[in-house]
Amino acid sequence: MQLLLIPGITQEHYLWLSAILFSIGVTGVLIRRNAIILLMCIELMLNAVNLLFAAFSTYLSDSNGQIFVFFIMVVAAAEAAVGLAILILTYRNSRTTEVTYWDKLKW
Amino acid sequence: MILLIILLPLIGFALNGIMGNKLPKSIVGIIGSGAVLGSFILTCILFNQVANTGAIEYSLFQWISIGNMQIEFSFLVDQLSVWMMTIITGIGFLIHVYSIGYMHDDEGFSRFFAYLNLFIFSMLLLVMGSNYLILFIGWEGVGLCSYLLIGFWYKNVAYGHAARKAFIMNRIGDLGLLLGIFLMFDTFGTIQYKEVFEFASSGSYSTERLTLITLLLFVGAMGKSAQIPLYTWLPDAMAGPTPVSALIHAATMVTAGIYLIVRSKVLYTLSPTTLDVVLYVGLATSLFAAFIGLRQNDIKKVLAYSTVSQLGLMFVALGVGAYSSGMFHVTTHAFFKALLFLGAGSVIHAMSGEQDIRKMGGLKGTLKITHITFLIGTLAIIGFPLFSGFFSKDEILAKVFEHSPILWAVALFSSFITGVYMLRMYFVTFWGSFRGTEDQKHHLHESPISMTFPLMVLAVLSLVGGIINLPHLMGHSVSEKLHHWLSQIKDVAVEHHAALSVDMELMLMGIAIVMVLCTLVACYIIYNKKENLPVEDYKQNSLASFIGNKFYVDELYHRIFVRPTEIASNLFYKIIDVSIIDGIVNGIGNIAVNVSKVIRFIQNGNIEFYFLAMVLAIVVILSRFIF
Repeated sequence: MQLLLIPGITQEHYLWLSAILFSIGVTGVLIRRNAIILLMCIELMLNAVNLLFAAFSTYLSDSNGQIFVFFIMVVAAAEAAVGLAILILTYRNSRTTEVTYWDKLKW
Repeated sequence: MILLIILLPLIGFALNGIMGNKLPKSIVGIIGSGAVLGSFILTCILFNQVANTGAIEYSLFQWISIGNMQIEFSFLVDQLSVWMMTIITGIGFLIHVYSIGYMHDDEGFSRFFAYLNLFIFSMLLLVMGSNYLILFIGWEGVGLCSYLLIGFWYKNVAYGHAARKAFIMNRIGDLGLLLGIFLMFDTFGTIQYKEVFEFASSGSYSTERLTLITLLLFVGAMGKSAQIPLYTWLPDAMAGPTPVSALIHAATMVTAGIYLIVRSKVLYTLSPTTLDVVLYVGLATSLFAAFIGLRQNDIKKVLAYSTVSQLGLMFVALGVGAYSSGMFHVTTHAFFKALLFLGAGSVIHAMSGEQDIRKMGGLKGTLKITHITFLIGTLAIIGFPLFSGFFSKDEILAKVFEHSPILWAVALFSSFITGVYMLRMYFVTFWGSFRGTEDQKHHLHESPISMTFPLMVLAVLSLVGGIINLPHLMGHSVSEKLHHWLSQIKDVAVEHHAALSVDMELMLMGIAIVMVLCTLVACYIIYNKKENLPVEDYKQNSLASFIGNKFYVDELYHRIFVRPTEIASNLFYKIIDVSIIDGIVNGIGNIAVNVSKVIRFIQNGNIEFYFLAMVLAIVVILSRFIF
């Protein structure tokens, strides 16, 4: 197991990288309006978490984390497929991908 | 076999109830009557068996088993039960046959037969049960069927009200019966007839307790057998089809109260106070109802009041401890009252639904069979010598005389009035000239064979029914058969039997005969020779209209019980229901509505806003963990 680790890169590096990726995802979701970008930002957040799982899994020598990674990837793929399908249908109706204009579903 | 007797009517009920609508009427009729005929034949076989080997017990299964309460679902067929069963299935069968003709044009034909079969089933359950709980099931079952059949023509609102009145009146009585059973269980720890009677006759229970139990049971009997003060439902129950009046409200169901008391003979013998209550209630009812009967003009109402009056007489018999005489009168009464009701049904049928005797008259020309059978029924009920009613009534009167001559005089007076109103009805209906419309006169016809056949059978029974219990002065070998039959029941305490001297008995009989003959002649003169017809309501003098309006008892009950209940219900409805309960329920709804009105603006449809809210919420939650 020790062989897999890249020398000079500690667990802390992974944590920071993951945190940065997650924050970028959150920020993107909050400030961007294009639905495609939003979906990508969500993927980014999911992958940040995936990275964290993989890192911990390696450092703690526990394969459970990697199993979670696979689950999350499957869920993310499904989510992307469904999300993009909804997006396309919505686009056909409103001729836009800007989420701001999608405010008909209220009270 | 015991099971089969009781199941046959139930099967008939199920068949007719489930698919009676799709079957042709003839098959419905055959199923309905066939089921009861089957029961009747089996009952006859069983009767023979009981006569040879004595009482039969048959346990089906352990029904309720809680703590020390063990209740079996079991049947007890002893001399008393099998006697009642024979009456129920025998007369029941005749009335089923009659109904085929009577109900022929009714759209509820199959429903009617389903109800009748259900009634026979419940009634058999009532008399066959081996403990008070099964009796109670049957008791409620017959009450239900009575309700369903009184309100059979449910589209008429007044009939529906009559059905409800019967049901509610019966509920009052049922409550008494139920409390009596509870108290019995509390006292003896069992409600099985055999054990209860054994414990009771061991003498280790206080008389007060027994008196209370028997009084409560008697309340039940008062409701079912229409005694003062719960009798007003029975005359109203005539709203049902006539065969129902004959079967349920004359021959069988209303005698359930008498069966209950005869069955609980041991308990009643041990509490003389209750017996006195039974005696006086019976006597009062007998007299009171007879008076009302004098001024009724509806052919079925007259018969209804006479039923109430005769039931009163049966309770008088029980009250003086002459249980077998009571049962004797139950039997003969079942014969002649069923006959009279069916005869009245035949008259109504011929008159196209007319029930007012003032609009009849002269029917003896056209309705020959109905007339003769009706005459036999009338002679039987007024106690004309050698008819069945003569023997049973006379026996009761003799027993009452042993008890107290004054009460005897009252009972005799009551049976005198019975004679008057029955003969009045008979002469007004069948003699004189026809007073109906031309249409009705044209329509007059004798009923079909399915209706006249039961009439003839019942007429024969009313004629010779007396032989089952001839007075003992006729020689030991032929007399008092029913009495000996019933006294075979082992757990029954021996009846006090201080027989009158033969001379005395003959004298009493003579008085009764003279009275009946005088009544007959007087009524013939008054109602036939003089064509002394009952006058229209408004022409009556005040006493007559007081009686004609049934002593205003219904109105009195309405004032005392119904109005206050209505007022209280209204009060509760307006204050408690509308303002308090509705206030709470609507208030909760209003709170939700008003809060939502404000907070719905949070959901503005803007996805970015939702994201922001989500992220902020996550930050807040996480910060709780970190700091």
